[in-house]
Amino acid sequence: MIGYALLFGYFAISTALLLNLWRLAAGPTLMDRVLAVDTMVINAIALIILYGIEQHTKVYFEAALLLAMFGFISTVAYCRFVLRGDIIE
Amino acid sequence: MDFVIELLVSALIVIGGAFALVGSIGLVKLPSLMTRLHAPTKATTVGVGGALIASMLYFTRADGALSIHELLITLFLFLTAPVTAHFITKSYLHLHPDVARELPPASGDCGWSTYNAVPADDAETESDRRPHE
Repeated sequence: MIGYALLFGYFAISTALLLNLWRLAAGPTLMDRVLAVDTMVINAIALIILYGIEQHTKVYFEAALLLAMFGFISTVAYCRFVLRGDIIE
Repeated sequence: MDFVIELLVSALIVIGGAFALVGSIGLVKLPSLMTRLHAPTKATTVGVGGALIASMLYFTRADGALSIHELLITLFLFLTAPVTAHFITKSYLHLHPDVARELPPASGDCGWSTYNAVPADDAETESDRRPHE
């Protein structure tokens, strides 16, 4: 039963990633694209966790944690760059 | 008991996936950035949260020991999501000055803090008003 649930999860999150990709390509403003990348990182974290359940290993947990941290830092760095023209003043 | 846990893990995975999908559909369909900011929060909280709780339950049953390190990701995402949204909104307001005309008036004297800094003399009187030791 978990196998079927995982299949549905893969399908839903992959579709979500494709929709985010569409927003990333089409987004009318710059901040739309930043928001799309931020959402993509969050969906990728969910995908990695589901893959870890399927493979029955905890190795991918660290990858998910690192992705969460770098997603946050890159979004903040980009917004900071747009706001101030510099990241670390 | 095993069946119950398996059912719970499957339900959480399905709910998480559905919410991630709903969040991204909202990201595509909603009309402007300020409304679009609302949709991905569903993916952040319920989507990833459901997958993480499913992972916690699954590994707790599989290893026979409590597995709570997934809570780290949940905690981190819950802490950083408002900061990210705040930064994106602030950058948007500064990139599009025409949005400022549609904002409701601020209640104080100085206007919106992201556009107008508190005037210097006000800041001085503010510090003067502080009780001296």
